[in-house]
Amino acid sequence: MTTPISLTINGEPRRTSATTIAALVRELGLKPEKVAVEHNGEIAPRSTLEQVRLADGDQLEIVHFVGGG
Amino acid sequence: MTEMQNISTDATDDSWEVAGHRFTSRLIVGTGKYKDFAQNAAAVEAAGAEIVTVAVRRVNISDPNQPVLMDYIDPRKVTYLPNTAGCFTAEDAIRTLRLAREAGGWELVKLEVLGEAKTLYPNMVETIRACEVLAKEGFKPMVYCTDDPIAAKQLEDAGAVAIMPLGAPIGSGLGIQNQVTIRLIVEGASVPVLVDAGVGTASDAAVAMELGCDGVLMNTAIAEAKDPIRMAHAMKLAVEAGRQAYLAGRMGRRKYADPSSPLAGLI
Repeated sequence: MTTPISLTINGEPRRTSATTIAALVRELGLKPEKVAVEHNGEIAPRSTLEQVRLADGDQLEIVHFVGGG
Repeated sequence: MTEMQNISTDATDDSWEVAGHRFTSRLIVGTGKYKDFAQNAAAVEAAGAEIVTVAVRRVNISDPNQPVLMDYIDPRKVTYLPNTAGCFTAEDAIRTLRLAREAGGWELVKLEVLGEAKTLYPNMVETIRACEVLAKEGFKPMVYCTDDPIAAKQLEDAGAVAIMPLGAPIGSGLGIQNQVTIRLIVEGASVPVLVDAGVGTASDAAVAMELGCDGVLMNTAIAEAKDPIRMAHAMKLAVEAGRQAYLAGRMGRRKYADPSSPLAGLI
């Protein structure tokens, strides 16, 4: 078992045992193919979401498309 | 001659192209302010729109099972045009569109950098700066801008693939306030020109098309109509009618009457 780490997701603190971005996204109940992720200020390309490892203190922005004009 | 006749009688042949993408519908609609996603999807259908604008926002991590836009409007069938609504600096707009590209691989985007919340008027200095950076990164920015023919040329030089001047402030429904400048932009542009913002009702959309615009982008005029689906259909007809009238070439204006019935042979 991995030790839980502390992250900031969309400005909110959260603890997780997920080790990759894709695992975290799924843990949140979201589909990796429907979101885009910024990891510590850098875009995390979708093709790398399964590989990019999370570390304690990481800052994430997870966005998707909503209605807009 | 045959070709001309086809153009004048068959609206479906009259397609347009932006950054290598060809579309038949000249009406782009937004996806904000609708009662729900089902109504929004029905309005898109009634408008015959092939492109919809969408915004990029944080996911709701406390309630991830809420319905999402993509469940109702399929991005494989309708082109999503991610926008930068709510961005007041070039940096925010660029960051937003980089994320949008990652969310779905879109290069065709709508850039808007706003100057102030009260008028939502574009900040053209920031808009041109963002456009340059985005174009260098391979984006194809369709750009919301002031109805200023000089700024429009500067945007083209900065890599804009379409010029989208406001007809009136966003969400105002005031119609096209300055037909002269919109026409000057159309005459000066070598990329498509679309009126973006300010349309209130069908005749406003027809005016934009009669001025020679390649298309019209609207959201509130449809979403805030009492019957949004009927208004979406009205806008489709208005855009088509205005386009056909533009191609047909309107009659000249006279100061006085000119009878339509012959004067000769009067009893």
